[in-house]
Amino acid sequence: MSVRPPIAMLAELTHRCPLSCPYCSNPLELARIDAELDTDTWSRVFREAAELGVLQLHLSGGEPASRRDLTELVRAAREAGLYTNLITSGIGLTERRLRELDEAGLDHIQLSLQGTDAAMADRIGGYKGGYDRKMQVAGWIGEIGFPLTLNAVLHRQNLHQLPRALEMAVEMGARRIEVATVQFHGWALMNRDALMPTREQAREADRIVTEARQGLKGTLVIDYVPADYHSDYPKRCMGGWGTTGLNVAPDGLVLPCHAAQTIPHLTFDNVRDRPLAEIWYEGAAFNAYRGTEWMAEPCRSCERKLKDFGGCRCQAMAVVGDAAATDPVCVKSPHHGALQVQAEAFAKGSEDALTWRAAPKRAAEPAE
Amino acid sequence: MIGPDDIPVLPRGVRIHWDKVRATWVLLAPERTVTLDAAAHAVLSEIDGARSFGAITEALAERYDAPAAQIAADSAGLLGALRDRRFLEVVS
Repeated sequence: MSVRPPIAMLAELTHRCPLSCPYCSNPLELARIDAELDTDTWSRVFREAAELGVLQLHLSGGEPASRRDLTELVRAAREAGLYTNLITSGIGLTERRLRELDEAGLDHIQLSLQGTDAAMADRIGGYKGGYDRKMQVAGWIGEIGFPLTLNAVLHRQNLHQLPRALEMAVEMGARRIEVATVQFHGWALMNRDALMPTREQAREADRIVTEARQGLKGTLVIDYVPADYHSDYPKRCMGGWGTTGLNVAPDGLVLPCHAAQTIPHLTFDNVRDRPLAEIWYEGAAFNAYRGTEWMAEPCRSCERKLKDFGGCRCQAMAVVGDAAATDPVCVKSPHHGALQVQAEAFAKGSEDALTWRAAPKRAAEPAE
Repeated sequence: MIGPDDIPVLPRGVRIHWDKVRATWVLLAPERTVTLDAAAHAVLSEIDGARSFGAITEALAERYDAPAAQIAADSAGLLGALRDRRFLEVVS
């Protein structure tokens, strides 16, 4: 099998974040603050990524603005020739800092939305005043003229706000919105009862997105991640394992996807020890689920196997206990029926029982 | 459909880039990459935010010794698709 170079790299600069969303995509075991890669190492990784074939760099976290050297990192990424996208909650960005990022060559901003009003957004984000601050940041982004994508993360508690989220994207001048239904890994998995959409909500969201794509054609591009527990076919996760993108965690571990550490038998290389290209082409974790050789039935003989690559390995691990199993979302999985029943049950759970994400640990105190 | 008097503009955040690893021209846009064939690269390279679509197709017709109407018909589809994706703006 010939392996092609990756197009995109997600750089999780830090796991620190002022917010503590209960569906955070960071792992339960957060990278310690003193383990984060320094400016020079990140800059080297950006150059290695560009040499490898990466075109799109997503600067993420945690909250990337929690890194004091964010502007330097953006400059280094642009010098490496990468298209540079900042994925942020907005918290930690001032007008002055945004202007510095502009001067450093930042190409695009993706701003997250936890809710369409302060009551919802601040409750979900676990950060009082966060919504008002975010709206202020959105205003500065518009004044400076950064291209903007709004990323609305939706679940049972805020799916009714989808129409307003679409309006807000248009009002802010966003060219694009990601309508992302929560995917259940890590922190979100702990909150399935509180966040699982109902089947009716999932269908309603499908309808709203289909209509809005027509009505807003040429104004707003809508990327949609549906509620997959209520779907019949799985998502083509990461565009196919080890085909399109890679993640670098704050401590330098290189992951095929942000949840890959939930697969316990995988081992991950670190950019401190090995060149990025070698990790991509030869790393054990990247080769574990590349292509189709690893598949068992019903995937192996399925006509869709090159379309969705059997779905999400981390979801197979989390739900079925076997990362090489067919994603249980798939109608062909023997676990599909049980998953749909489970989803209905989760969707009747309590909305109050939210577990917010924890904060990364600081450096250990020196022994006395 | 883009007309001869319309002025196509690549908005901020959309740029043409030489992908040295894959040896091809690409259009980089927010969180998206579009591979450009020779014809697409030729027309997008002419966009300077000042000249009209008509002037661009005339210039290409002269350079490639092809009918302007044919070039206009071929590139209008590409520009329309890019416009729908918000990778291109048009000032009329």
